[in-house]
Amino acid sequence: MSMIGSIAQIRLCCLLVPMWLIAGAVSVPAAGSETEFKAAYAAAEAAEKEAGRLRNRWTVTEAALIEAKKAADRGDFDQAISSAKEAEALAKASIFQAESEKDAWKNLEMR
Amino acid sequence: MRSRLKLALAAFAVLALSAISSAGAADKPDPVADASAFRNYFVKKFPSLKLEDFVNGPYALNEDMRRQWLEKEQFPPYEFSLEMGKELFARPFANGKHYADCFPHQGIGIRQNYPYFDEKEGKVVTLELALSRCREANGEKVISFVGEEMAALTAYMAFTSRGKLFDINIPDDPRALDAYQRGKRYFYTRRGQLNFSCATCHVQYPGERMRAEVLAPAVGILNAMPIYRSEWGGMGTISRRFTTCDSQIRGVPLEPQAEEYRDLEYYLSYVSNGLPISGPGARP
Repeated sequence: MSMIGSIAQIRLCCLLVPMWLIAGAVSVPAAGSETEFKAAYAAAEAAEKEAGRLRNRWTVTEAALIEAKKAADRGDFDQAISSAKEAEALAKASIFQAESEKDAWKNLEMR
Repeated sequence: MRSRLKLALAAFAVLALSAISSAGAADKPDPVADASAFRNYFVKKFPSLKLEDFVNGPYALNEDMRRQWLEKEQFPPYEFSLEMGKELFARPFANGKHYADCFPHQGIGIRQNYPYFDEKEGKVVTLELALSRCREANGEKVISFVGEEMAALTAYMAFTSRGKLFDINIPDDPRALDAYQRGKRYFYTRRGQLNFSCATCHVQYPGERMRAEVLAPAVGILNAMPIYRSEWGGMGTISRRFTTCDSQIRGVPLEPQAEEYRDLEYYLSYVSNGLPISGPGARP
């Protein structure tokens, strides 16, 4: 291999490696975000389903789930994950409310 | 020493038994005692009002609003709906039958007996549900429980019953008592992100303002239904009122005429027994 050929190969390598690294740096977190969103959304949906079983869904949970889906559709996974987590927290609060009210309602009753 | 021990054990047993029986008594529904406590609460809270005044909701509690309402009643906003209801009620179905054929006394002057507990079905039947079933039984298409046709029909039926006293029965059937108890539980259960129950507004704060509205007392609250609401710009059925209340406290409303709402209507109507039907009504 000639000296010139070696230099050209090194240059190509120097060009390709950073491109590969940049591409990896961009695409790996994006794929991770989508996966993370899917997990967060599934958890929120499961909690909301339980709230529905208890007949105690909240409008704000539904709104947060819709917002999460919309954000994911436009590729904004940070927002999508944040909304899905908010939905899950709200759904869990509505479940807590339904369960604690099983007995607590009696405290308001007029006797 | 032994006799003292025996005496102590006997006393403990008596105490334990009485505690168990009183706990049981506290949990057993007692609709008569409930209704009495319910009414007494409002009578004590608003000592200047007669019991029958409660059917006028916020107008009974606020003199300015009452004067405006009395003037509005000269040309009431529910009048068009009432006319529509009268016409719909008289219009024959495709098979030649009428709504009147589905009801006792041809549907005239019977509002005060709804909802009732149907012992065959084992569930509560409201007037809205009975009207819907009447259409279905006669091959007519279903109408919305929250729509203007249902509001118009119930407005007409309420109008023919004005002045009659709510007379809701709880038959000697454990299922009826369960339905009553479930309705009561719904009334007092906090729900929605705002953590409100029906009682939060209509027991704890009647007469107080919630933004521009004066909250109505729970006693007699269904006697004026259906109502024309300026806020809605139209008439609303009991189904519309219940579902709207739930969404206002940021809860997802149940489907109109869900069993929970039917039980709630049963409870709220029962505790207003003896108060006159004043519907259709008008509210701000």
